[in-house]
Amino acid sequence: MSVVELKGVAKQFGRGGTTALQGIDLAIEEREFVSLIGPSGCGKSTLLRVVGDLIQPTSGSVVVNGKSARQARVDRDYGIVFQDPVLYDWRTVAKNIALPLELARWDRRRRAERVRAMVELVELQGFEGHHPWQLSGGMQQRVSIARALSFDPALLLMDEPFGALDEMTRERLNIELLRIWEASGSTIVFVTHSIAEAVFLSTRVVVMSARPGRISDLIPIDLPQPRTGATREEPRFFELVTRVREALHMGADLERAAAEATA
Amino acid sequence: MTAIAAERPRERRTFRLREATWRVLLFLLVLAALWGLWEGYRWLWMREHWTWPFVVDDTSMPHIHDFLRALFQVTHPGGPLLISVLLKAAAFTAREAAVGFAMGAVGGFALGVLLAHFRVLRRGLLPYVVASQTVPILVIAPMVVVYLGSRGVPGWFSVSVIAAFLTFFPVTINTIRGLQSADRRALELMRSYAAGGWRVLWKLRFPAALPYIFAALKVSATASIVGAVIGELPSSIQDGLGGQILNYSQYYTIQPRGLWATNVIAALLGIAFFLVVLAAEKLVVRRAPENVA
Repeated sequence: MSVVELKGVAKQFGRGGTTALQGIDLAIEEREFVSLIGPSGCGKSTLLRVVGDLIQPTSGSVVVNGKSARQARVDRDYGIVFQDPVLYDWRTVAKNIALPLELARWDRRRRAERVRAMVELVELQGFEGHHPWQLSGGMQQRVSIARALSFDPALLLMDEPFGALDEMTRERLNIELLRIWEASGSTIVFVTHSIAEAVFLSTRVVVMSARPGRISDLIPIDLPQPRTGATREEPRFFELVTRVREALHMGADLERAAAEATA
Repeated sequence: MTAIAAERPRERRTFRLREATWRVLLFLLVLAALWGLWEGYRWLWMREHWTWPFVVDDTSMPHIHDFLRALFQVTHPGGPLLISVLLKAAAFTAREAAVGFAMGAVGGFALGVLLAHFRVLRRGLLPYVVASQTVPILVIAPMVVVYLGSRGVPGWFSVSVIAAFLTFFPVTINTIRGLQSADRRALELMRSYAAGGWRVLWKLRFPAALPYIFAALKVSATASIVGAVIGELPSSIQDGLGGQILNYSQYYTIQPRGLWATNVIAALLGIAFFLVVLAAEKLVVRRAPENVA
């Protein structure tokens, strides 16, 4: 059974407004790491929000874990990480991580246990009592990831989670994320506009193009696991980066042709 | 922003100590400057016999040390010290104001939650909430006193109701604004956790609103004193600061020191109320320094 199954998904904002998504068909299998990549305005964040039932598609069907997206949200089947960490200023690191557990009515002891495990997973030992504003951007994003994983969701939705970080921190967190993905056994849908990041992280890259937002290519990434810093220097890595870049340009050409046809 | 190293807490403690010393110094400095301004103005105007904007003499601007000394003199031969009379009055007014403040804060907050939550109510009721504040308190006060008095409610409580009337408004307005200030992403996050309306309110909207609510409570703390003092006048309550102000204003031309001394006590009461709210805020609001309203 696929974790996510999209059939003919379309999204239009406002009546006769921009078509953010059109004819999206995509199945994501268990333990996959799928990146959505494309130019801004291609609807990749919109697609992520449709999967998470944060917005409703205009047409088409969204099935998550064999249920409607709404039911999957109510059942807390997925965790979400945004570009901003969106931590609650008034809560400590530990309490931020515990937030979804409180909402799921876990008892205090179980919460404390899980928080300890999560803090270990994202390597923030010693910072449990700190408030978010006392942490660096990279540490804040790690807290955000720990919070998303705390209730052990089958699916992790990430919307450009490292987009606001510097290149060094980003590469380090990429490796950490892969380690967390291995350890937690979850399925990840990851939005990015960095080609290298998409290739390095994913088992499959979904290339999207804009106006209307649609899938223009699906590229399996056959780099061996586990990936390390050395992976970025392998010839196969560069081949795949080139492959994704060409797919993106092809999408852009299609878009231009479509624009000229309507003009 | 960088990670905090282990030696940071000690650094912060000495920093706090230095800041506290600096604050006390600043307070004393400003106090001395104001004293100097008052006495200097008085001296210059009296020496030059200037009459604009008003004639300066012992009635309009008595020496500060004069009316401070008056605090420690007896009110009449064989009577109590003025300060003990005024402190008793201040305690009486403080009770009225505190009860009024509490009622106004709780009521104002509840109304704010309702209005923030239901757009129809907000559209429909907000104009009347605003209008309620344009009605002069001197119009409302006698009505409240007479109505509640006829029901056997003690006079001081009627004054509290009047104080509450002045208190609730800023709290309501800022509660609405504060509850709506929650970050859009944070709301999406709560939605992704399938959190219901009440839990979003208590876990997200309310903590996000706290800095706004405390800003309003600071305004309301002093407003509740003003409300209590003014409320005492039409209720013919003699035991509070309002009664004292009325009393000393009648003797102002022959003995201005009494009214000035009463002013000082009323101001100190206001400052005390403000400081209580400030202390509560420091305890409750845990927020990045730049985000505290």
